[in-house]
Amino acid sequence: MTSPGDFGGRETWPLWEVFVRSSRGLSHVHAGSLHAPDETMAVRNARDLYTRRAEGISIWVVRASDITASDPDARGSFFESPQGKEYRHATYYTESDSVPHL
Amino acid sequence: MSGTKTAITDESSLDEAGAARFAELLANDQRVEPTDWMPEGYRKTLIRQISQHAHSEIIGMQPEGNWITRAPSLKRKAILMAKVQDEAGHGLYLYSAAQTLGIDRETMFEQLITGAAKYSSIFNYPTPTWADMGSIGWLVDGAAICNQVPLCRASYGPYGRAMVRICKEESFHQRQGFEILLHLMRGTEAQRAMAQESVNRWYAPALMMFGPPDDDSPNSRQSMDWNIKRFSNDELRQRFVDMLVPQAEILGVTLPDPHIKWNEERGHFDFGELDWAEFHEVLAGNGPANTIRVARRRQAHEDGAWVREAARAYADARMTEKIAS
Amino acid sequence: MSHTSNRTISDAVTAETIATSGSIAPEAVARYAIGLGDDALILAQRLGEWIAHAPELEEDVALGNIALDQLGHARSFLSYASSAWEKTEDDLAYFRDESEFRNRQLFEQPNGDFAQTIARQLVASLYFQALYNALCQSTDQTLAAIAAKAIKEVDYHVDHSVQWLMRLGLGTEFSRERMQHGLNSVWAFVAELFSNDPLTANLEGIAVDPQTLQEEFDRLVKKAIAEAGLTVPTVPAARGGGRAGIHTEFLGPLLAEMQVLARAHPGATW
Repeated sequence: MTSPGDFGGRETWPLWEVFVRSSRGLSHVHAGSLHAPDETMAVRNARDLYTRRAEGISIWVVRASDITASDPDARGSFFESPQGKEYRHATYYTESDSVPHL
Repeated sequence: MSGTKTAITDESSLDEAGAARFAELLANDQRVEPTDWMPEGYRKTLIRQISQHAHSEIIGMQPEGNWITRAPSLKRKAILMAKVQDEAGHGLYLYSAAQTLGIDRETMFEQLITGAAKYSSIFNYPTPTWADMGSIGWLVDGAAICNQVPLCRASYGPYGRAMVRICKEESFHQRQGFEILLHLMRGTEAQRAMAQESVNRWYAPALMMFGPPDDDSPNSRQSMDWNIKRFSNDELRQRFVDMLVPQAEILGVTLPDPHIKWNEERGHFDFGELDWAEFHEVLAGNGPANTIRVARRRQAHEDGAWVREAARAYADARMTEKIAS
Repeated sequence: MSHTSNRTISDAVTAETIATSGSIAPEAVARYAIGLGDDALILAQRLGEWIAHAPELEEDVALGNIALDQLGHARSFLSYASSAWEKTEDDLAYFRDESEFRNRQLFEQPNGDFAQTIARQLVASLYFQALYNALCQSTDQTLAAIAAKAIKEVDYHVDHSVQWLMRLGLGTEFSRERMQHGLNSVWAFVAELFSNDPLTANLEGIAVDPQTLQEEFDRLVKKAIAEAGLTVPTVPAARGGGRAGIHTEFLGPLLAEMQVLARAHPGATW
């Protein structure tokens, strides 16, 4: 499935998802969505909408219909595997708690 | 919907599992996301509430937009322009949130310009004086913020996230309104009279923004059970009055309610009955500016149709070119 | 209630920083700055009329940003100019009469439909771009600083108008007609922008002679219009005279609206 809110060609202008990098060294984070006729205008509209207060130094836009998402109905099985594998986390290893620099 | 799912599950057992999961999310005060199962009533309530909220932002641009060209100083002009622009942005964030529930923006626009959808009746009052820019900021935005801050924790994720952004941006709206009134109250006699007259007109309608009294608010209970609404209408109204009274003192304006009095026992200010008959009149679309507001919106939308279509045609043609080459 | 601010510390020049800097504009420079400030102010006032009426919500926000940029430039120029006579930006904006306004006539032209506004934006932003690029080199440090801030914003305004010029020019048959009509409507006022400006006299090295900007403007505007499949209009130039206080019939009502409240309360602060 695609991103929620995509209605294919039913709207005059399609929906775009906007990702904003707030400062150097940070990832682009989903900021919201907007409507635009094409990618050129989408990135401009995103600049006007989501960075009016200097919230960003870089913007990504992607057509909502171009997003592929994991299946929400299969969420249980899809994300089950990591459960019970606590040994992937440093906190699992308690015997070395008091050892410095470890 | 295609995906990685391989297990074959029938619809009804999926619904049952979904309902259980939904109840569990609410019980743990967790957020519901667009792809989660949700009861139809929850979805409908949210679509109605979020789209009405979006319409209110969009219609709300008009009573203030009315003064952009006449703002009495260039600084005030810039502030007002930025504020009205924010309202367009806020409407847009909210339409996007509603859109994740399965309704497109075009449909919501249609509902607004055909008069099928409601919006906050406060914006059906006219803004004849500059002081109204102060009153809207101080009283109307003040009431809106009281309403909106708890909505940042609304159970529906996209709504809560939109509200976080909106509340953050709106923090200047109330302050600038307060400062407009403050300057008027420190100004000439004519300016002080302008401020007081405006506060007289906006006070009661602002209090009514919290909705009818709790005994007369049929949908509130359900919205509270769904963690959409966190406080009752009367609770929020009381909280608002408690904030207003000392602020009015700083401004030097009189709130037009002779019954306002500190109640030691309750630890709150008492205040007089509101004229709900008028509220229902305005809500029913008989407000002074209802027809004008909707007609303006409709005209902007219709006048813009050829522009939107042109941009779409340009994009389609370029896409075809790309594929052909 | 949250009062978190995203505001980053900025050293951008604004009307406020100019007013508090204590720098006094020499009178000739101030008179020149009034012309530049009036151009930006009148255009901002026109763009402000669009808010809540744009073809799409996203465009309401875009036009609002451009209007706010223009208003910022106007305030900086007028604030600097007002220092010559111990006045304020508002004294100049609100208490001068029509014949004392020095804006070029293009900027007072009505919005028309969206295409006409885009046509006016195309001409205006390409003119500002050429002008501020040159003004960055001014030996007057305040003018140079205002231009340096403005040029970055104006680059975006050029982009905005060119993008729309393309979409309307190459969109539908109807939009192409409207866009061509928009260009035709504003074209009579292009020549004035590059005609001799009496306010630049004796300001060599400080002011920009607009005649030096025309070549670059012509090259860019012709290219943009051709790429949009449209024709550069050939209409007789209007008589001009904005810099001398001569205006078309559109400025009077604009000023009447803009100044009405301030003038009803002379001496008041807001």
